[in-house]
This record gives sequence, C-alpha cells and structure tokens, in this order.
Amino acid sequence: MKNTLILGFAAILLWSACKSNSDKKALPIYGNREPVTKTVDGKQVTDTIYQTIPPFKFVNQYGDSVSNKTLNGDIYVVDFFFTTCPSICPIMHRNMLKVYETFKNTGHFKIISHTIDPKHDSVPVLKKYADKLGITGNTWWFLQGKKEDIYTIAEKNYLVAVKQDSSAAGGYIHAGYFVLIDKQKRIRGSYDGTDPKQVDQLIADIKTLQAEPDQMIVQ
Amino acid sequence: MKWKLTGALTVLATILFIAACQSDENLEFKRYYSSGALVYQQHCQNCHGTSGEGLSALIPPLSDSSYLRKNLTTLPCYIKNGLKGQITIKGKTFDDAMPANDLSPVEIAQVLTYIGNSFGNKLNTIDEQSVQKGLAGCK
Repeated sequence: MKNTLILGFAAILLWSACKSNSDKKALPIYGNREPVTKTVDGKQVTDTIYQTIPPFKFVNQYGDSVSNKTLNGDIYVVDFFFTTCPSICPIMHRNMLKVYETFKNTGHFKIISHTIDPKHDSVPVLKKYADKLGITGNTWWFLQGKKEDIYTIAEKNYLVAVKQDSSAAGGYIHAGYFVLIDKQKRIRGSYDGTDPKQVDQLIADIKTLQAEPDQMIVQ
Repeated sequence: MKWKLTGALTVLATILFIAACQSDENLEFKRYYSSGALVYQQHCQNCHGTSGEGLSALIPPLSDSSYLRKNLTTLPCYIKNGLKGQITIKGKTFDDAMPANDLSPVEIAQVLTYIGNSFGNKLNTIDEQSVQKGLAGCK
C-alpha cells in the first residue's frame, strides 16, 4: 500500500515535471553553482546549490527597515540610482514605471531601487522622489543604507558596477541594469534599464517567472 | 519600363521644383531644426523624454507652448545656466533643479527651434541672434 502511494506520487511528480518543461522556456539561473551530494533514504542524490542574494538590511522611503527576509517569497527587480542623477536615471525610472504599472496589483512582487548616494538621498528625500514619481503603496521601495553595504551588494551580488567619480555627470558612474531575482533569491535575468525593448523583455520574463510551478521553489 | 522611367523622372522633377522654390527662411528653419534634434538627443532627451513628455512630477514636459512663448528671452539662460526654483508647466508645479548645459549660442538656438516646433509646439525659428540677446540679459 505504502509503495503504491510512493509510486503514484512519483508518477505525478514526473508528469508535472515533464509538463513544466514542455510548456514554456524556463529562464536561466545566473551566478556560480556547485553540486552537492547527499544521502537520502540510503541513496546518493546530487543536488545543485545556486548562488543566492545574501542577507541585507536597508531602510525604505517610509523609514521602515527592509531585509532579505522582508522579500521572502517575492519575485523582485533591483536597480541602482540617485535622485540628483542627470544622466541615465530618468530614463531608467521612466521605463521602470512601466514595470510598476504592470505588476503593482499582483502580489509577491517588488521593485527595489537602491540609492548609491545615501549621503544626499536621505529617507525624506527618497520619499519626496517617490511621491513625485507617483509611487504609492509597497510595490516599489527606494532603499537607503550604509554606502559600503550598497556598493558591495551591487557589485558582488547583483553584479552591477557602481563607482563614485567626480569627473562623471552627477559625480557617479553606474550601470543602468535591472536585475530580476526569483523567489529563491537567485538571479534570473539582467536587462538594460535604458532600453525600452529590454524592459519589455523583463516584463515578459517576470510573467514567466510568476508562472513557474511551485515545486521548483522548494530548495 | 518606359513608363516607370517617365514616372520616376516626373517625381524627381517635382521634388527639385519644390526644393528650388523653398524660401531661404524655410531652409534656415530646417537647418536649425535638424541640428536641434541632435542637440536634443544628446543633452535633453534623457530627462525630458523622446516625446518631450518629462517624467511624472519630477521633470516637466516641453509641450506647454504658452510657457515657452512667454519665456522666449529667458529660455537660453535656463539652458545655459540651469534652472532652480518653482515653475508651473501645464498647471502643475515643478521644483527640482535642471543642471546647466554648456552649449554655444547657435546650439541653444537650434535646440530651442527643435523644441519650439516639436511636441505640438509651433514657434517658428528661434535664431542665434535672439539667443544672443537673451543670453546678454541673463541674471
């Protein structure tokens, strides 16, 4: 009886695995990965450990603290900007507004924009910026924190280059990438936030990610 | 084949005829306008957008013809030296700063001609002389 149950369960799993594979093209998983072999029920099983976003702690435009735990179970998009940025930020956020408008009413979705100029961009400055951009509610957060923390997570974890440089317009050089993170905190895509076509692709990919079956979320 | 050739020649002749009849004024406008489009792409478009739409309440749109008309003499100063303080565009207030852009008077004239005749505006040519005059009066 027990064996039949297990067999039946395995059959369902196999069937759903095949179904999800044939349905849609899955998004790639970026970053380092390493195989881990463990023993389950006396059998050797090899699993893959993917690179994930490590713990972090920042403050949003409402003054609330936002950590990796706050984003548990969410698909989210990350970018880096500063409010006085005269170069690419207005284009990025003009394009990000489209992402916001598309997903603001769906659950388990967030946009987080980190300021790379936390000295100027205090919480009230970020709140004012959000208000002027027309952002309400808790879908799009503008995050402030320690400069080293922001720069480290940008470069080491989200793989976006940022640098302070007095010769650059506005005092900083930075890349205008939108990085897509899945519910298991793995990088699933990186898009040029200044290119409307790539941002359309991001919107399509978020929908693909939202449709990803739940058993893939177990890790 | 012969018909095609005759047709093509007729079209060409018509184009040449129209081009030849264009006044100098019109040609000057076109030169200013097309150069202005390039200046706009390089110096303005990031913030003000491909269609001059601005960005929410952060960056004003460039489609308020009456504002442009009223401020024709000070616009060159705003472009060259930047703009701070509150302005009202299409009934909405904006109070963020616009950075200075070190453009030559002729480039300012070109970009103003482009903006002044795009996004629904119709202000004709804004030439270098009037820009020079405006710049002389900058505060």
